[in-house]
Amino acid sequence: MRELLLCPPDYYGIEYEINPWMSVARAADARIVQEQWKQLHATLSKLDCKVHLIPPQPRLPDMVFTANAGLTVGRKFIPSNFRHKERAGEQPFFAKWMEQQGYEVNWLPEKLFFEGEGDALFGGEVLFCGYKFRSDIQSHRAIAEMIGCLTISVELVDPRFYHLDTCFCPLPDGGAFWFPDAFDEYGQRAIREHVTDLIDVAPEEARHFSCNAVIIEKHIVLPQGAPQLVTKLQERGYRCHELPMTEFIKAGGACKCLTMFMPQREEAVT
Amino acid sequence: MFSETIELRGHIIDSLILPKVLDQILTHGANFKISEIKIGQKRADQSFARIEVSAETSEALDELILRLRQHGAEVAERADAQLAPAPADGVFPPDFYVMTNQQTFVRIDGKEIEVRPTMMDTAIAVDRKRGAARAVKFFDVHKGDEIVVGHDGVRVVPVQRATSRTDVFQFINTIIDADEPKSAIIRELAEELRQARKTKGKIAVVAGPAIVRTGAGQHLVRLIETGYVDRLFAGNAFAGYDVERALFGTSLGISLDLAFARGGRENLMRAVNAIREAGGIAAAVAKNVLTSGIMHTCVRNNVDIVLLGSIRDEGSIPGATTDAIEAQKMMREKLADVTHALLLATIRHSLAVASMLAPTVKLVCVDIDASAVERVVEQQPLQSIGMITDVKPFLRELTDCFDKLQKT
Repeated sequence: MRELLLCPPDYYGIEYEINPWMSVARAADARIVQEQWKQLHATLSKLDCKVHLIPPQPRLPDMVFTANAGLTVGRKFIPSNFRHKERAGEQPFFAKWMEQQGYEVNWLPEKLFFEGEGDALFGGEVLFCGYKFRSDIQSHRAIAEMIGCLTISVELVDPRFYHLDTCFCPLPDGGAFWFPDAFDEYGQRAIREHVTDLIDVAPEEARHFSCNAVIIEKHIVLPQGAPQLVTKLQERGYRCHELPMTEFIKAGGACKCLTMFMPQREEAVT
Repeated sequence: MFSETIELRGHIIDSLILPKVLDQILTHGANFKISEIKIGQKRADQSFARIEVSAETSEALDELILRLRQHGAEVAERADAQLAPAPADGVFPPDFYVMTNQQTFVRIDGKEIEVRPTMMDTAIAVDRKRGAARAVKFFDVHKGDEIVVGHDGVRVVPVQRATSRTDVFQFINTIIDADEPKSAIIRELAEELRQARKTKGKIAVVAGPAIVRTGAGQHLVRLIETGYVDRLFAGNAFAGYDVERALFGTSLGISLDLAFARGGRENLMRAVNAIREAGGIAAAVAKNVLTSGIMHTCVRNNVDIVLLGSIRDEGSIPGATTDAIEAQKMMREKLADVTHALLLATIRHSLAVASMLAPTVKLVCVDIDASAVERVVEQQPLQSIGMITDVKPFLRELTDCFDKLQKT
């Protein structure tokens, strides 16, 4: 059974602007926020997985996006080093909580920026890592050494898709769906060389954060607004759960950003 | 050229980071040399590449390195140059670094400094306070001067051969033998010099007395008149023979018009005396004492004349520098901005000049003695042409080419 980490959105809000989606002038509606998050929580809870909750903290509105807490492989937890000071305060809470759950906390060197599962996703036997907007490519090397697996570093070029999990979603069958324009030419080539069955997401659907999906076996939990993608996934035998995510997209996040796997992989294949 | 060594580590092959970095270097107009590469054997093994990146300017290099850092490139740590004090005036410390005339950098306190000027067969003196490094000759070194020893922290950037345009200098160490045709090469050379003049290059002629004695002086005069000579280097004998020819129609007493004539030194001595009496070459021209010949044409066409004396002191023309160390300094100064050098029929002056040229200067050496040509061309291996021939037909053909070029 998969275990997931979520954080209730009690202190969530658009209080600063650190990506092109955020505008302090465009606040999230607190009531709808609660409804949308609870729906995600309920959907995930009904699937074959166990949902953990970390207590939210005041003045850390983005703590709700637990995917950026760090990367968990087996019993190892690698906490993030956030690029923006606005989010740096989240790190000690996540690290402490994971430690309390019995995880061995492995720290990256302080100077290397890394934003957790948001920029590090296993696809097949490979850990795909995004870099430039949030994570440094040097952090990928450190992570590869810590967990001993092949990491493919891909450059993100569209600031709207600033984390890897906003434009790339590996599937359990070895395929993936992605928005190619979010990557540079070399990143696209590297992904194509390592993932055989790729589903391209159309630009208008990618804008709805369609790639920001949580996959539990044959179930895919993703934001509403991607009918073409949903059809393609259904043709491959997946069951799609489309959720309204409008209030979180205002901060540049959706289903996957709100979820961290504990662990993402039991062990890395070397 | 400015360069920096970068290192890439990680899964740089599978992620295509290595080809991306190399492509970026090239698309930014810079160059690279992979000095070391280790490819991981197993899937999870990381790879490593050490790459020397070079760019035209330090700004372009800095900007490029900044971009490459984004893709994980780390600038390799380099050792500083080792320094030792000169033990006495005129003596370098043991194991001093012997410099070439190629562009050279030394790393001091983590920063690279270009050695200026570069000079063959010298040591490098470093002035830490001013953050400067210069080439020093034996006569120029003082006790306690900090001199680079060993090879650490010294980087030499050899002249790159141009790949964009092929010219007459495209082959390494071209020597045209006495029995080989020369007209085609001379035509190409004329075109090269024409281009040089167009692009504000500076042409130096180093002239030997054989030019005057064989009667090739008239061709050199034409070359000067058409504007292909910016500076003339010669010994005082050359100037002496030339004024003798101008004043008496002879050189060392020999007239061009009389077959088998043998003359004495009398005319030379009288000619030199006339110049001394006038107050030097320029004054003699101004006073209409000197009204023809190469020296006269130089003065009339504002060509810089650099005259050097010899032990023999043949000629004693006023204005010739007779102190050897002073002469060296002056020659370096006058050669600093030269782009093309024609070394004509004078082994000693040719060797001296060739040893002082920057490696980028294009050199043509013409002499009837094959071994003399070889020795000179060796000094400038990438940018030189040697021709084994009497200087007169060479100069005649060259000036004919310019006449034709002017007409077309």
